[in-house]
Amino acid sequence: MKTKDISVIVNGEEVRASVPVRRNLVDFLRTDAGLTGSHVGCEHGVCGACTVEVNGATVRGCLMLAVQADGATVTTVEGFAASGRSAALAAAFTRRNALQCGFCTPGMLASALGYIDRGGTADRAAIREHISGNYCRCTGYQSIVEAICDVIEERTAP
Amino acid sequence: MKAADFDYLRPSSLAEALTCLSQNVGVAQPLAGGQSLMPMMNFRVATPEVLIDLADIPDLRGVTELDGMLRIGAMTTYRDLTRITDRVPLLGLALPHIAHDAIRNRGTIGGSVALADPAAEMPALLLALGGVIELAGPDGQREVAADDFFQGYYATDRAEDELIVAIRLAVAKPGDSFGFYELTQRHGDYALAGVAIAHAPDLRIAFFGISDRPIRLPELEAALTAGTDPGPALDQIEFEGDLKASAATRRHYARVVLDRALAGMTS
Repeated sequence: MKTKDISVIVNGEEVRASVPVRRNLVDFLRTDAGLTGSHVGCEHGVCGACTVEVNGATVRGCLMLAVQADGATVTTVEGFAASGRSAALAAAFTRRNALQCGFCTPGMLASALGYIDRGGTADRAAIREHISGNYCRCTGYQSIVEAICDVIEERTAP
Repeated sequence: MKAADFDYLRPSSLAEALTCLSQNVGVAQPLAGGQSLMPMMNFRVATPEVLIDLADIPDLRGVTELDGMLRIGAMTTYRDLTRITDRVPLLGLALPHIAHDAIRNRGTIGGSVALADPAAEMPALLLALGGVIELAGPDGQREVAADDFFQGYYATDRAEDELIVAIRLAVAKPGDSFGFYELTQRHGDYALAGVAIAHAPDLRIAFFGISDRPIRLPELEAALTAGTDPGPALDQIEFEGDLKASAATRRHYARVVLDRALAGMTS
């Protein structure tokens, strides 16, 4: 098996590892960095459970190789929580019952933050379109959309 | 599933990348944004022995404007293409339909054109706009019109030892108008049928998702330009049927997307 030495800044800390070149980013995060918050679902870019942030943009952790992230800055759900960036969103998810089993939640939070932090508005159709690449099999999305709306409305309230 | 094992090369110049490619013809696969290649590798539909990552090649990046044409580096992502939708309005109409935000952050125009998925938006957009594909190979550079580039299911005029360097598209002029429509099962899915239309000033109409490649029909464009029924021209298409839609359903969808795109043309 071919391997390569990589260095990735994960949630503000450097992670150095010798990884098989075929290892995707989300498996690197779970296996090498020990961060199991990012989930592995479909492994072909459809379900969104592995969504993380790379150099400030949300990406699918299963559609990127760990070696492609060499030198990059990665933020996972653990990083969003530690920095407080997801605090309001997590509270809104709890309040709105926007999760049941929680499998989709880390990816859902990453996608939602990508929308909110880029100035997305409390437009329910736009939010639904934005999270259309994140599958939830429990809640039916209504409560997730409401939670995201809550955070945007809290931020934009006078 | 996980991808099968491969060698990973990351050249830092176009010349180096072409050397990597020519030394591994038949077993190497160029890696652009990877948003289609990675799923295919995870499914093991694609099992390249050598992966050549194009991420570090400056010649494949950037957008320049010259004499009414935009030259778009092959590694330009969909996210970066949103910055030029004022000059190429058809891009603005098409981009929201491409997969999802996280995929648009990494997927590239060159990757989509090289893959030539018959249901993808970019190849049809290039056809409608009369785009040009710039290729580099061991014998130098050449360019191919989009009309001649797409040759069938995932088949293009690109030779195995060539790379797409850039895509050239005309900047829209005042008075040009554009239309785009696609039908999908869910937002972001590949199209069951779609169409991209440019009226700039000639009418160019490119369907996607209905046949083995994006297609233009001169008879259809002539019929619409003359104001006559486009139905007979649509009947010439060899519609493809699959699990999601039969050939007859696609024939119906083609008319639906055409009528809706024409009704929603930009002004």
